[in-house]
Amino acid sequence: MSVRRRLSGLVALTMLASSSMAGAAGSLTEAIVREAFATATPEEWRDRLAQDDAQALCSQHRNQPPPEVAAQILESQRATVRLPEDGRLMGDWRAGEKLAGIGTGGHIGRIQPDPPGRAKGGNCYACHVMAPGEVAAGNIGPTLTGYGRLRGNTPEMQRYTYEKIHNAQAFFPCSHMPRFGHNGWLSPKEIADLVAFLLDPESSVNAGR
Amino acid sequence: MTWRMRGLAAGGVLAAAVTVSVVAAATEAEDHAADEIRRYRQMLEDGNPAELMEMKGEALWREARGPKGASLEACDLGLGPGVVAGAYAQLPRFFADTGRVQDTESRLVSCMVALQGFASAEATRDWYRPGSDLEALVTYVATQSKGAPIRVPVSHPEEARLLAAGGELFFRRSGPLDFSCATCHSQDQRRIRLQDLPNFLNPADARASMVTWPAYRVSQSAVWTMERRLIDCVRQMRWPEPAFGSEAIVALQVWLQHQGEGGELQSPGIKR
Repeated sequence: MSVRRRLSGLVALTMLASSSMAGAAGSLTEAIVREAFATATPEEWRDRLAQDDAQALCSQHRNQPPPEVAAQILESQRATVRLPEDGRLMGDWRAGEKLAGIGTGGHIGRIQPDPPGRAKGGNCYACHVMAPGEVAAGNIGPTLTGYGRLRGNTPEMQRYTYEKIHNAQAFFPCSHMPRFGHNGWLSPKEIADLVAFLLDPESSVNAGR
Repeated sequence: MTWRMRGLAAGGVLAAAVTVSVVAAATEAEDHAADEIRRYRQMLEDGNPAELMEMKGEALWREARGPKGASLEACDLGLGPGVVAGAYAQLPRFFADTGRVQDTESRLVSCMVALQGFASAEATRDWYRPGSDLEALVTYVATQSKGAPIRVPVSHPEEARLLAAGGELFFRRSGPLDFSCATCHSQDQRRIRLQDLPNFLNPADARASMVTWPAYRVSQSAVWTMERRLIDCVRQMRWPEPAFGSEAIVALQVWLQHQGEGGELQSPGIKR
């Protein structure tokens, strides 16, 4: 979605190299990165290797930006948040549950690429405990079991949850969480399905105990 | 090869244990799975399938091969020509003859080119396929460092440069999921699904992890070298595939080995 990410890899790289924001620290590795990925296509550079401002700043500050940089990231990322055009923030929780378990899609390279059209999901379970029935859940992020039961599903909560999945860094600068909507990894409908998985009272996230 | 049969039988035990664990409560299941993997490791301790690769690697090291019909026995892995014992524990390091900091993989390729006359493309062909010559050679070389403490030199300016670059690369975020190495490996006691993740900012964790490479991976039926491990991490980050032996991959290893300094190598390890 972001215009910045649609720039050609070369332009983005030139910007990075000349940007004072990237600083001396970043430039040490960028030449090394260029050599390592010399065979990457311009599209791969643009979509997978070139850094936008938030990525460059979080890298430079090792995910611990000083307050003024954190504020700058927060502001720029808040400005990118887009709500779905049809206004539907809560979709189908069962579809969201399915997406939460899909960790495939988007792998490239000659060794083990995904076959074309391989399903892409949110892979939420890689990092979050969600429905109590799914025990194979990671813990890089916080536990989300009972998320909706604890918070309710008011329009404000729906909006917050949607925006958080769309761009986590609009709330927590340099969060480890992917910016699923901002980066175009998940569609607005898919994000709405995940919102429902978290907030729908019938969802397995909110069932039991 | 009876140890291999035991390995296959143990694989069944592990599979059954993992299946059973899924129906148990979350924490119990995690503990249980971790216990089973520990037990599985113990069972294989006197018969790691990686020993097959070690034997193949030793044969490749000693055999006269390539256009020059030479063995690798004169290869300098950093401790002098032909010295294999302890060499892996001190790699990557700077080599004056190539003017580069090299890891075990890229150094072996240099020796295959210089001593045996192989073209570089030939020496690295299919390096990632299970049972490749490089997989075998690295396994052999690493095994000869068993018990040696990890101690990579960082005093040469090129080594220092790659150490700094490796630390930066560890935190370099890009791609459609905003990932860097640090996304998964900068906090204690974290998991992806049920897979434990070492925190490479924590020296104790870094040591515990780095001493186990290269490792036989049960799920892959192959020994994974550190390059294989790192290049697959990059794939999972949804980045393009970095070049084998590239400075970026070597720099990450300098930094990781430095974080794990002092750990006594147990190579070859065994993993899920």
